[in-house]
Amino acid sequence: MADIIFDRPKSMTSAPFHYCPGCGHSVIHRLICEVIDEMNLRGKTIAVAPVGCAVLAYDYFDFDVSEAAHGRAAAVATGIKRVHPDKLVISYQGDGDLASIGMAETIHTANRGEKITVIFVNNTNYGMTGGQMAPTTLVGQVTTTTPKGRNPETEGYPIRMAEMIASLQAVKYSVRTSVADFKGIVQTKKAIKKAFELQLEGGYSFVEILSNCSTNWGMNPVDANKHIVEKVAEYFPLGTFKE
Amino acid sequence: MRKLIKGNEAMAEGAVIAGCRYYFGYPITPQNEVPAYMSKRLPEVGGVFVQAESELASINMVYGASAAGARVMTTTSSPGFSLMMEGVSYLAASRLPCVLANVQRGGPGLGNIAPAQGDYFQAVKGGGHGDYRLIVFAPASPQEMLDLTILAFELSDKYRVPALILSDGIIGQMMESVDIPENYVPGKVDKPWALTGAEGRSKNVVCSLFLDENVMQNLNTELSDTYEELKKSEVRYESFMTDDAEAVIVAFGTPSRIAKNAVLRARAEGCKAGLLRPITIFPFPEKEISSLIENNVKNFLVTEMNSGQMLEDVKLAVSGRSNVHFYGTTGGVITDEDEMTDRIMSICKGGSRG
Repeated sequence: MADIIFDRPKSMTSAPFHYCPGCGHSVIHRLICEVIDEMNLRGKTIAVAPVGCAVLAYDYFDFDVSEAAHGRAAAVATGIKRVHPDKLVISYQGDGDLASIGMAETIHTANRGEKITVIFVNNTNYGMTGGQMAPTTLVGQVTTTTPKGRNPETEGYPIRMAEMIASLQAVKYSVRTSVADFKGIVQTKKAIKKAFELQLEGGYSFVEILSNCSTNWGMNPVDANKHIVEKVAEYFPLGTFKE
Repeated sequence: MRKLIKGNEAMAEGAVIAGCRYYFGYPITPQNEVPAYMSKRLPEVGGVFVQAESELASINMVYGASAAGARVMTTTSSPGFSLMMEGVSYLAASRLPCVLANVQRGGPGLGNIAPAQGDYFQAVKGGGHGDYRLIVFAPASPQEMLDLTILAFELSDKYRVPALILSDGIIGQMMESVDIPENYVPGKVDKPWALTGAEGRSKNVVCSLFLDENVMQNLNTELSDTYEELKKSEVRYESFMTDDAEAVIVAFGTPSRIAKNAVLRARAEGCKAGLLRPITIFPFPEKEISSLIENNVKNFLVTEMNSGQMLEDVKLAVSGRSNVHFYGTTGGVITDEDEMTDRIMSICKGGSRG
C-alpha cells in the first residue's frame, strides 16, 4: 500500500479549473487553500471573489464566498469583516479590479486598516476581457488597447501597488512575490500565511503576486514565467515593503 | 416615549429599533443628520458606523454586511443614490435584504438641496440595470420615517428584497413630535444562506453571476413571483375623505400633506374632494384606485414634486376609466396649496386646467 504524499487541499473543491493551462491563478488558489488547511481555518474563512478571471473562484474554494461588483471587493470585505470580526476575510482581486476601477476602495480599505487580507494577482493586463491595458501594464507592452505598446507619454507608467499600499500608516504588511518559479511559489505561500496571521492579530495585509497571462501575452507558460522573472520583476521588484 | 426630532433622526432611530447595527454612508445634503446620528448612536448599542469613501463603497459595504447576515442600512440623497444603482441591482439579484434611503433633492444633475420627488421612476421602476424592484415606502412625516423604517427591515428580511425609504428634503428636515416605541422586538428571520464561516456545514456562496441563461431566467422568475406576492400582500395607503368623494387627489410624501388642506378647503366650498396617499409606491395601490372608480370617482388629480412620474402609475391603474389630471412642480419648488385647491375645485366644477 502506497502512502498519499500529495493531495488536493481539503479547502479546495474537485471542480476542474477554468483557467488557461499554466495560469498562475490555479497555483495561487491552491496556495491559499493549503494555508487555510494548515491553519485549520476552513470553517472560519469568508472570501470575496472579484470580477475578472477569478470571478468563479467560489467554484474552487470550499468555504464561504461572496461575489463583488467590479472593483468593490474591498468594500464588500469591509462589510463582512465588520459583521464577523473573528473570521478570516480574504479579498481576492486582479489588477484591473484592484488598481483601476477599484482604486478608491483599495486605498481607503487599507487606509482604514480594515482587518482583512488582500490577495492581488498582477498579470499586467485584463485577462478575462481578452488582454486590454491594465494600470500595471509594462511600458512598451502590446495589448489589445495598446497596439503599439504602452506609451508613457499618453498612458503613464505602471502603478506599483505594494509600494503604494506600504506608504499607508495603518497597513501592517505589504509584500510582492511571484508564482513564476519554485522559489517564488514557496515565498508566496509563506507570505500568504504571514498575511493571514497578521490579519488575525488585528491588521490589514496585502500580498501582490506576479502571475503569468500566457494566453494574452502570446507566450507558452514556460516562456511567460521566464518573462516574469527576467522582465516583469525588473519593474515590479519582489520583496517586503512593510512588516 | 415622545420626542421632538427631525425626520432624518426618526428614520435613524427606527433603524436602531429594528435591530440594525451596521450603517455605512457618505455625506450628502439633505440627509446628513442620519450618519451624524448613527456615528453616535450605533456604538451605544454595540453597533458599527463606517464613513465610506463614496456611495459606491457604502452600497457595497451594505452588500458585504447583508451577505454576512446582518441588518444593515445606508442613506443618501439623489445624486448619491444614482451612484449606488449598480450595487442596488447586485443586492436585488443576490436577494440580499437591507434598507436604503433616498432623501430626495432637486435635480437632475447636481440640482440643488431643495426637496423634490424627481427620483420616483428610479425608485419604483428599478433604477439600476436588469429586471428588479425594491419595496419602496413614501413616508409623509417624521413619525412615518420611524415606523416605515422598522417595517422596511421586517419586510426586506421576509421577502429577501431590498427596501427603500423614498423621502424628500422636507420630510427629512422637519421636526415633529414622534412616538418612539420602547419595547419593540425585531423579527427573527433565519438566514441559512448567510456567510458566517462554513464550520460544520457545506459552503455558502452569495452571488448574482449565472452564466447559464436558463438558470438566470429562473432567478428572474423567482424575483417576479416575489414582486407579485408583494403586490398581493404588502400594499399600504391612506384614504382621506374618499368615502363619498367625486374627485380624488393622489399624492405621496410632502405634497400629500398639502393636499389634505386642499381637500378640506374644497369641501368647505361644496366640492366632494378626497385624498389617496400611497404609503408603498412599489407595490402601488392600483386596486384601491379601481375601487374608487367603482365608487363613482370620475376625476383624479395627481400632484407631485416632479414633472409627472407617479402620474404614469395612476394612469395605468385607471386605464381610461376616469379622467386623470396633473399638477406638478419641479427643481425643488414645493407644490402650492392655493394652486392645488384651485385645481381640484375647477375639476369639481366640471372644468379642468389639468
